[in-house]
Amino acid sequence: MSRKLLLEHINVPGIAGLDVYRQKGGYRAVEKALKTLTPDEVVEEVKKSGLRGRGGAGFPTGMKWSFLAKPEGVARYLVCNADESEPGTFKDRYLMTHIPHALIEGMIVSSYALGANASYIYVRGEMMPQIRILERAIAEAKAAGFLGNNILGTGYNLELYVQPGGGAYICGEETALLESLEGKRGNPRIKPPFPAIAGLYGCPTVVNNVESIAATVPIINDGGEEYAKIGIGRSTGTKLISASGNLVRPGVYEIELGLPVEEFIYSDEYCGGIANGKRLKATVAGGSSVPILPANLSLKLANGEPRLMSYESLAEGGFATGTMLGSGGFIAFDEDQCIVRNTWNFSRFYHHESCGQCSPCREGTGWLEKVLHRLEYGHGKMSDIDLLVDVAKKIEGNTICPLGDAAAWPVGSAIRHFRDEFEWHVKEPVKSQSVNYGLADYAKPIEKVAEVKTGE
Amino acid sequence: MSDNKVKVTIDGITVEVENGTTILNAARQIGGDIVPPAMCYYSKLKGSGGKCRTCIVKVSKGSEKDPRPMPKLVASCRTTVMDGMEVQNITSPEVLEARAGVVEILLINHPLDCPVCDQAGECDLQDLGYEHGLQKTRYEFERRTFERIDIGDKIQLHMNRCILCYRCVYTADQLTDGRVHGVLNRGDHSEISTYIEQAIDNDFSGNVIDVCPVGALTDRTFRFKNRVWFTKPVDAHRDCPTCSGKVTLWYKGPDVLRVTARKDQFGEVEEFICNTCRFETKNTSDWTIIEPTKISDTSVIAANHYETLRPLPVIKTNEQLREANKKELEKTIKY
Repeated sequence: MSRKLLLEHINVPGIAGLDVYRQKGGYRAVEKALKTLTPDEVVEEVKKSGLRGRGGAGFPTGMKWSFLAKPEGVARYLVCNADESEPGTFKDRYLMTHIPHALIEGMIVSSYALGANASYIYVRGEMMPQIRILERAIAEAKAAGFLGNNILGTGYNLELYVQPGGGAYICGEETALLESLEGKRGNPRIKPPFPAIAGLYGCPTVVNNVESIAATVPIINDGGEEYAKIGIGRSTGTKLISASGNLVRPGVYEIELGLPVEEFIYSDEYCGGIANGKRLKATVAGGSSVPILPANLSLKLANGEPRLMSYESLAEGGFATGTMLGSGGFIAFDEDQCIVRNTWNFSRFYHHESCGQCSPCREGTGWLEKVLHRLEYGHGKMSDIDLLVDVAKKIEGNTICPLGDAAAWPVGSAIRHFRDEFEWHVKEPVKSQSVNYGLADYAKPIEKVAEVKTGE
Repeated sequence: MSDNKVKVTIDGITVEVENGTTILNAARQIGGDIVPPAMCYYSKLKGSGGKCRTCIVKVSKGSEKDPRPMPKLVASCRTTVMDGMEVQNITSPEVLEARAGVVEILLINHPLDCPVCDQAGECDLQDLGYEHGLQKTRYEFERRTFERIDIGDKIQLHMNRCILCYRCVYTADQLTDGRVHGVLNRGDHSEISTYIEQAIDNDFSGNVIDVCPVGALTDRTFRFKNRVWFTKPVDAHRDCPTCSGKVTLWYKGPDVLRVTARKDQFGEVEEFICNTCRFETKNTSDWTIIEPTKISDTSVIAANHYETLRPLPVIKTNEQLREANKKELEKTIKY
């Protein structure tokens, strides 16, 4: 059994309540941080732990915290990004539903480290039960003296607020989230200035993912160095992976980073293999916006070594043969899944969720969706495939926020790796409506590519 | 070099500008072809820009201190210059390709109804299309449509043509009180809408027509009256109690068909004018005429304004005369 930090006590009955949570060692981190450590020491511990943002970008959390501007007399804010809406990702919801105090505790520790006296948890609007759970947990924590004025007699004050969003994917982008939190339309801001300089209400702000904040609890309890021992290389610690798709046991798993992808899919400790005895065709490793990979590249790197669940290993090979860990939304596709249909489905999502502020994303996502719809329903042309690549290229990198990239990557990668299947949809417009393309040779072991000689 | 001046090189031309200037404004100080086109940025409107992405440029050297290039193309209207920054605009094929892509994307849902659009002839999108667009569209789907909305009795909103530059939103926001924004919905069905209607009781609401880069907001008192290139612009002013009263009158024969604010070389108004000047005072007797408006000779409006040169046959045949009249002769064959 691998080590569990966040979900260690997840199966204890009543862990959502404060009493049971405390019996299992909860709020030790708050006591330790507030009573024995200075805010800078907390930041230092998080830096030492090597914790990287769990929301998708993988930016080191400690570094992000140390960038926070600290002008005199200006309030600082910590905002927790619980606007989890990426298709395939549901780890934060799981955490908030079953062990809300882990987030509250993390919020207190993190707010203390940043010197924030008012912190917000921005929860996606659809998650009404989670909002109620969090509010109940906050009330419990406040009654026990962990929130409010003079926490644990240390003189530190903190108010924690839960803010429901309107259910827009774009509000998961940190500056759009801040706009929304300020009560405005959730359009991403143009950066710079970054939130660390001018964020919520123009004040220095840190926006962190739920899981990143919850991870500060074990970091403070055991020390940053201890945390950094888990994992592999620069991917330290544990990560929640929300596994879905054609798996025997889909669900949220806490893994130590560096676990081989093959073990994650096939081991009985985790997903238990592909459902109904079928074969794996493709995986999306980190939520819908990361590039999709065929089975062979999912399990092995281009050089034949096993691919691991870590920031570096998943990104190995760049976009040609790699993908990203993203937010940990692991989706597996079996041999009977249609990649064209799936790509269309993803594009439909991004088309629906584009905020419409900057033109390439606003118009381009709709275009992608329409062309993919045509291909999927057998009205496509051969030229459509190159058109998709071209449109995706024009969106990528030319937008204000990363939603444009997120919309373009799945399309670009699907065509890069599954071009045969797209072409088959054009060549067999009738057959493709009733039969699936099947596995083809997407699971065939990769031929070792001879090392490209450089120089000379 | 003083402390608040920085040097920036755009397409090989170095210019010294105030610290905090954007790349676009630095380019405007140089002028000429290297000025990136701007569809959404408007120097008079705070917070505008960054949305249309037509002004994207490549920063090949970040600054003297940190010479790394910027990883992505940046919106020049919202990126401030750093000392020693090197920018590529029309000298970078990458920028031109990306810009052509943006133009294509701006046009896919545009109705292209220029033949019946009042803005034709002075439309930024038209110019942009000519310069960077394709001859043919690759978009084969039904275009997005909206119903036309009358914003009061003077302004009409034609959402089909809108490119969502937000300029009118900022205008309404900054010239009237108590509003935050005026965009409804999301993505490609977002629209400039109802909230803007509440701004029409303001004296300056008519300026949304002038700031609109396309034909989405048009003057109902001028709708379908005439094509702009058949009208002659004349600068005029009057003593107006609410605004500066500095306007351009658009004449067709003896009649003033339209009144607009005066625009500078980048198509931006010099001063916002009030609705009384714009809609109510359309008699020559209301105005003091100053001079004919200077129009660039490459503009379609100039083409019909003043007598086009009809050169004598001898000029065409005589080598010396042809050389001497080169510039004028070019005009006769240009359009």
